[in-house]
Amino acid sequence: MAATTFVIAMSVMTLFWGLIGGVIPWFIPKGPNRGVIVTMLVLTAVCCYLFWLIAILSQLNPLFGPVLRNDTIWYLNYHWQ
Amino acid sequence: MSSLFRSEEMCLVQLFFQTESAHNCISELGHLGLVQFKDLNPGVAAFQRRFVKEVKKCEEMERILSKKVFYYKMHQVIILTYISDVNSTFEKLEQELREINRNHAALRQNLIELMDIDSLLRMTEDFFEEAESLLTYSEPPSEDSVFIAGVIKQDRFPAFEKVLWRLFHGNFVLRHAEMQATEELQALRGAVKKDVFIIFVQGDHVREKIRKVCEGFRASLYSCPKTLYERKQMSNSVMTQMQDLRMILRRTEEYRAGVLTRAAEHVQEWSSKVKKMKAIYYTLNLCNIDITQKLIVAEIWCPVSDLTLVQSALIKGSEQSGSSVTPVLNRIQTQQTPPTFNRTNTFTEGFQAIIDAYGVGTYQEINPAPYTIVTFPFLFAVMFGDCGHGLVMTLFAVWVTSQAESLRKWKNEVLNDVVIGGRYIILLMGMFSIYTGLIYNDCFSKSFNIFGSSWSVRPMFHPHGPWQNETLHEYHHLQLNPFVPGVYSGDPYVFGIDPVWNIASNKLSFLNSFKMKMSVILGVSHMLFGVALSLVNFVHFRKFQDIFLQFVPQLIFMLSLFGYLIFLILYKWCITLRSEMAPSILLLFINMMLFDYQSEHVLLYRGQKGVQIFLVLTAVLMVPVLLLVKPFLIYRTRMKTRHQVGEQSRATLSQEHMGDIFVYQAIHTIEFCLGCISNTASYLRLWALSLAHAELSEVLWRMVLQVGLKISSGMGSLMLVVLFAAFAVLTVTVLLIMEGLSAFLHALRLHWVEFQNKFYEGSGYKFTPLSFDSLLKTQH
Repeated sequence: MAATTFVIAMSVMTLFWGLIGGVIPWFIPKGPNRGVIVTMLVLTAVCCYLFWLIAILSQLNPLFGPVLRNDTIWYLNYHWQ
Repeated sequence: MSSLFRSEEMCLVQLFFQTESAHNCISELGHLGLVQFKDLNPGVAAFQRRFVKEVKKCEEMERILSKKVFYYKMHQVIILTYISDVNSTFEKLEQELREINRNHAALRQNLIELMDIDSLLRMTEDFFEEAESLLTYSEPPSEDSVFIAGVIKQDRFPAFEKVLWRLFHGNFVLRHAEMQATEELQALRGAVKKDVFIIFVQGDHVREKIRKVCEGFRASLYSCPKTLYERKQMSNSVMTQMQDLRMILRRTEEYRAGVLTRAAEHVQEWSSKVKKMKAIYYTLNLCNIDITQKLIVAEIWCPVSDLTLVQSALIKGSEQSGSSVTPVLNRIQTQQTPPTFNRTNTFTEGFQAIIDAYGVGTYQEINPAPYTIVTFPFLFAVMFGDCGHGLVMTLFAVWVTSQAESLRKWKNEVLNDVVIGGRYIILLMGMFSIYTGLIYNDCFSKSFNIFGSSWSVRPMFHPHGPWQNETLHEYHHLQLNPFVPGVYSGDPYVFGIDPVWNIASNKLSFLNSFKMKMSVILGVSHMLFGVALSLVNFVHFRKFQDIFLQFVPQLIFMLSLFGYLIFLILYKWCITLRSEMAPSILLLFINMMLFDYQSEHVLLYRGQKGVQIFLVLTAVLMVPVLLLVKPFLIYRTRMKTRHQVGEQSRATLSQEHMGDIFVYQAIHTIEFCLGCISNTASYLRLWALSLAHAELSEVLWRMVLQVGLKISSGMGSLMLVVLFAAFAVLTVTVLLIMEGLSAFLHALRLHWVEFQNKFYEGSGYKFTPLSFDSLLKTQH
């Protein structure tokens, strides 16, 4: 299947947050703060990824479209492809 | 595991040390700041404790040292000669000041006397003239005429006069005049009014009587020479004496001021010493003194990992005091619950503080603080969600963090504790707000269009779609139809909300649906995380039974109802539906709970009915499991032990009543099950606050800044400056401070109530070590 923007975006973001939450924690040096730093990285990755995922999934199959003013429509007709 | 995840293991240690080395040892422990002394005399009242006098003296010294009138009250400071820590300069200073003050008082008294004499001499000039004229008229002046001059308080004078009348029946001449109250006199003596008087009587023998009367009225008598020449001489000598005295007084005062200013430099040092002293005596009050008066016994709570540090501190203390016996440490086993100690650094102590504000964790239970470091700013950011405001907040937090030490000097309670203490919290909140603002595509209520919108208008026109050019003239507002091919590109905007929604009038219809579902998903995830943490607690405390009786049923209940809800939301987002046929998730959920499956209701997928019935029945089945199984098992074990032990067990009813256990379990079950629903709904505040923030931000833009940008007259630039100032002030006060505080509070509530009631007990007490650092910090 052709690489649609959705697939690209999905893989990039999953890879990015997966790196932050799953790979980098193994490289944090041992010390008194290691546990806290690892927790912070994992939780940040989970929260931010989930939030982005919700935003993109909710727009995947819209059931209704935006209501625009007629002058906005006229402008967009000529400006946005 | 790092100790922030759980409170540290504490041990109870008995200390024995000698009375001489007590002071130094406790001082060393105070500098270390790692031990908490237990009160070994709990029944003794405060005023009966052994060292209560010393504590009071320390308090008195503290009070004097802290007063601003230190300069004037210094002569009242009580010397505490037997406090070994006070160094010799303090004592020398004491002696010096006492000397100075004594001399000063004596000089002042002299000066007052001289001034009295001076005014007496001046005023009695008239009297003498009058007296001489009187006497020359009446009789020749006899050698017996006596006169007595003095000074008396004005309010005593009438009584004085009456007594003299009674004594001498008018055979005397009494003249009096009010003394001129010069400023200098007032400064020396105060505002007391005094009269000068002079009495002329006949006869020498009455001198003693008058003298006695004057003593009774506390009038001061001065000898006054008879002849004018002598009086003039006396007046001159008095004048010169007064001048000398005045100069000496001034010099004394200057010297005293110099001594005091030099002493003032040490005030800070002394007051901290006194504070430490008071803390040490207070701690000594908590200890036991041995019968032989040579040994002090103390019990302390201290972290197990720090025992060696404590030992070395004690050895150092005893070496300092020169005692030969090293203190003895004796670790004892105890059934009492130790205090909860979470070792924090400057970054984590803010987050630990907001958790402790609700309840200090029970000893060794899991500490929510490390998770709060991320989830709290994240939930705040979901409600705050504006990258422009987030950027301002982050910059502010960076500035406060870099200037933290110099800002602490401002001594404002609110600023110090909240802003400076919480600077890392604000920093994280700001950074997460930038991220959520980018996803909401909201920057001071405007959107970015970085990647190109997925919606296009052109396909709505002929020949693809229903619109003509005339349609634009007819209708003011038109809606894009995503089912017309090409209008919606099929790929959503890659990062966040599509920018087209910012210019749409039905923006809120879309955003509300999005944000409500997002709130539910985030809320259920947060609560599931809380339930998972309770599993960790059960494993640590080895309550394996509870895992099957509490954790598993709770998890199944939550997942089968609310996990399924999340599944419905995600499923509906992922499949393509015709909008007429799209069922509302809320209605689906309600019908599921009511077992309402009429045929006209549309379902999302095949087999939905069966799945839903199964899930609801499972959830309902979990309720009696939660409610009854655990108390029943406890009852059964009790019956078994009772059979084994016999009648003796009746006496060991220190355990709870069976009825109490049932009631407790019922409360717990109801709280969990009903709480699931109400807590999930409670997370909808994430939607509500982010909506309020977005709307306020848009109002500010539309009513303030846009008005300024639209002005076309020449004064427009000036008006824009004024309007921008108003925009900035309103943004900071309303949107940043007010909305920030509001979102902070709601995020905090979500943590304290909805998250923590899944696993947190919070019934411990905090570890409060004897620490001179924190003692002196609170002084500032």
